[in-house]
Amino acid sequence: MIAFILRRVGMIIPTFIGITLLTFSLIHMIPGDPITVMAGERGVSDVRRAELEAQFGLDKPLYQQYLTYIGNIAQGDFGKSLITKEPVLDEFITLFPATMELSLFAAIFAIAIGLPLGIIAAVRRGSVFDHSVMTISLTGYSMPIFWWGLLLIILFSVILGWTPVSGRISALYWVDTVTGFMLIDAWISDEEGAFTSAVQHLILPSIVLGTIPLAVIARMTRSSMLEVLGEDFIRTARAKGLSPIKVIMKHALRNALIPVVTVIGLQIGILLSGAILTETIFAWPGIGRWLLESIHRRDYQVVQGGILIIATMIILINLLVDVLYGVINPRIRHAS
Amino acid sequence: MSLLEVKNLSVSFGPEGKAFKAVDRVNLTVNAGEVVGIVGESGSGKSVSSLAIMGLIDFPGKVHAEQLHFEGQDLQALSEKARRQITGDEIAMIFQEPMSSLNPCFTVGDQIMEAIEVHQGGKKKERRAKAIELLKQVGIPAPESRLDAFPHQLSGGMSQRIMIAMAIACDPKLLIADEPTTALDVTIQAQIIDLLLDLQKEKNMGLILITHDLALVAEAADRIIVMYAGQVVETGPVDELFAAPQHPYTQALLNSLPESSLGHRRLQALGGVVPGANDRPTGCLLSPRCPNAQDHCRQQEPEATGSIERQVKCFFPLNQPGSSAA
Amino acid sequence: MTTATMQPPTPFREFWGYFSQNKGALIGFFYILFIMFVVVFADLIAPHHPYEQFRQSLLLPPIWLEGGSWSHILGTDDIGRDILSRLIHGSRYSMLAGAMVVTISLFIGITLGVLAGYLRGAFETLIMRIADVMLAVPSLLLAIAVVAVLGPSLLNATLAIVVVSMPHYIRLARASTIAEMSKDYVISSRVSGASAFRIMFITVLPNCLAPLIVQATLGFSNAILDMAALGFVGLGAQAPIPEWGSMLADARQFVQSAWWVVTFPGVAILTTVLAFNLMGDGLRDALDPKLKQ
Repeated sequence: MIAFILRRVGMIIPTFIGITLLTFSLIHMIPGDPITVMAGERGVSDVRRAELEAQFGLDKPLYQQYLTYIGNIAQGDFGKSLITKEPVLDEFITLFPATMELSLFAAIFAIAIGLPLGIIAAVRRGSVFDHSVMTISLTGYSMPIFWWGLLLIILFSVILGWTPVSGRISALYWVDTVTGFMLIDAWISDEEGAFTSAVQHLILPSIVLGTIPLAVIARMTRSSMLEVLGEDFIRTARAKGLSPIKVIMKHALRNALIPVVTVIGLQIGILLSGAILTETIFAWPGIGRWLLESIHRRDYQVVQGGILIIATMIILINLLVDVLYGVINPRIRHAS
Repeated sequence: MSLLEVKNLSVSFGPEGKAFKAVDRVNLTVNAGEVVGIVGESGSGKSVSSLAIMGLIDFPGKVHAEQLHFEGQDLQALSEKARRQITGDEIAMIFQEPMSSLNPCFTVGDQIMEAIEVHQGGKKKERRAKAIELLKQVGIPAPESRLDAFPHQLSGGMSQRIMIAMAIACDPKLLIADEPTTALDVTIQAQIIDLLLDLQKEKNMGLILITHDLALVAEAADRIIVMYAGQVVETGPVDELFAAPQHPYTQALLNSLPESSLGHRRLQALGGVVPGANDRPTGCLLSPRCPNAQDHCRQQEPEATGSIERQVKCFFPLNQPGSSAA
Repeated sequence: MTTATMQPPTPFREFWGYFSQNKGALIGFFYILFIMFVVVFADLIAPHHPYEQFRQSLLLPPIWLEGGSWSHILGTDDIGRDILSRLIHGSRYSMLAGAMVVTISLFIGITLGVLAGYLRGAFETLIMRIADVMLAVPSLLLAIAVVAVLGPSLLNATLAIVVVSMPHYIRLARASTIAEMSKDYVISSRVSGASAFRIMFITVLPNCLAPLIVQATLGFSNAILDMAALGFVGLGAQAPIPEWGSMLADARQFVQSAWWVVTFPGVAILTTVLAFNLMGDGLRDALDPKLKQ
């Protein structure tokens, strides 16, 4: 088992290096030289230019700049925001819990509903239920997520007035940031009604963000289940006299979940992509919105650092999924 | 009273009117302690018949039987739950591909203990001890350590032994073995068959042995049922049937054994193929291929004739008692 | 006598037989034909010019609401442009983006993937590592980064999506190639001395075509969605180009006051993408030999 994990870790190192190369070259690929780009419309005097060049080490050869870059990263320095002058990593850590909270609930929503839908659709293949699930999930991932969000806002916030339009919590409440998770912070704060407000604010964005993963999980679970249900060992289980529920939930599901877990792991990337759009629509103060605004404001340090941090996170999560896969599927564990 | 009594069993697939009859009015009887061999080519309906007996045929297959009695009990009248209680407990089945018939996610021990738990319950320790006992019975060395192995770590012969252990876990009265050795190496085949027959004698189980291997049933079975294209064409005690086959198809099967072609230049085989779903002939199903076919055979389907012990479905059977040998 | 044997159907007839049984796939297919018709004849079909501003009719509601007018069936936006006309013309940008993305990334992706699968060794490792790196970044983020580098425009957005889609095709083509390479017909090809190019593109590739075709169809729908997303965040088509996603970017502010400005562009995107996905599903089912009876 340890050997398996170490092998997997070894495989991600080149990918990580590749990503640093990618983010490093990002600034250098922008038309014009980096200083002009960073200065923006204000322009920069020659003296200031020389200062900045020295400060950012831009007068040195490229490979040396790259080594400095890597060295900084190793020490946790991902650069400073050109606008706020704060370290990128710090800003990221401050804003990330909001995105994590949103993504977590979106994922819970997607799995809690998508998995059972897929299982039942597979067991009742060809039924009205099956066709409905397939149609709904197809519509789900054919939708532009930002439009879906706006649509739900129109329906539930504007017309019905059930949910708020934006933000994490009503402006009436002031909650201290302890964990960064609004639900927890609101719960432990003394303000009455804060928790309810936090929950209300979380519902619609979670549904919007979780819609596409839900559709994908439902489909994947269904097709995986269908494949497993046709296997010989299912016939054996039935020949032993096991009840249909046991056959499905114990024998079939274990095997069917294997590809589904991989898919769920891959959804993380989709969740982060979707978070960019969802946070924009709901004015949710997370890293998605932060990155997008940075791009509009030409804050390239943030873009560079942000992409690197996110990509690293995703690689690590994929590693976790790989290891989890080995746990669930004994055949992979024992393979050389 | 016989152990298993099946009359006019039919299994069809597909929409009404265009249904394909995989099994067509099959009669089958098994007595306690008896070994019945079912022989036939692929597509003869032998596997589907036994799956129907076990209750494992799903939509879109439809099962009809005039009679489906086990130990006097009408299986068709039982509720699903009651039927499940018999399945795996009193009637058990093992399959052709042991490697894929075991769940890859659970250990072998778990799967055997599950078979015990479903019908007999008991604490984990007891079931584990029983599982080890079963492994010993099926001839697996070092059973304690084998219990924690995963199916993909076992060979074909081992896997089949595990399947047998699972099947006999609750001391079934009837065991159906669907081509148990077809997927195994030749040397292992003999071992597995010997194991099955030993267990059968020991426990006085009824055994239905489904195979296309004539030599196998000649050694193992008491009675033979020959199937062709979903129908039973001949039944009888093994010695009689092989010495003096009455149905041309049985004769053709015997002729196709390489031993029967000693002295000939070519192997003897029946021309043509088994009819599939789209080309069922009118009249006798064998008529397009039968060397003795007459016009009457092509127009009318023959009924089974003969005694309960010895039946044949042919208008012009061979080797009739009293007539000269064909 | 037994029934006469039928002639086996030609591959296309067989494919069409399966495909046409799938009602959803047929609907999708015909809708796509309809959209292509709209794309070609947009100038003739649209009631107005997409950039024309009707100062008298700002934020006019659709015809079935009070205040609607027959000259603007789906209403107008905040600077008086007819929404229906903009939607009709907007179809061109979405379809163009989809076509370009799929063609270019498919072409390059397949070539690289097949080469990687055939040549193996260092070349394969290099290509796959690059693909891994590109896949490690969430697709929208990567596309946004590329556009940030190149500057926001319809063309640059298309290029960004090409870059983002390519690794998928590379992976798919490589995996298919490797699977096919170990098959006997390829080995016999090599034994009889076929050149590398011949083996790769004439022998192996046609057999990998089925999953690639399905992926291309789905890639089309993804490209439309990605283009719309980039348009929505202001990094795609710039005003006044009536790309469907960009139309939604401007419409955000009217969520509470003029819902039609928000709804219709999204419906256009949804139906088009849905049509491609339905067709892609149908293609997959029709081309998948395992599902054949």
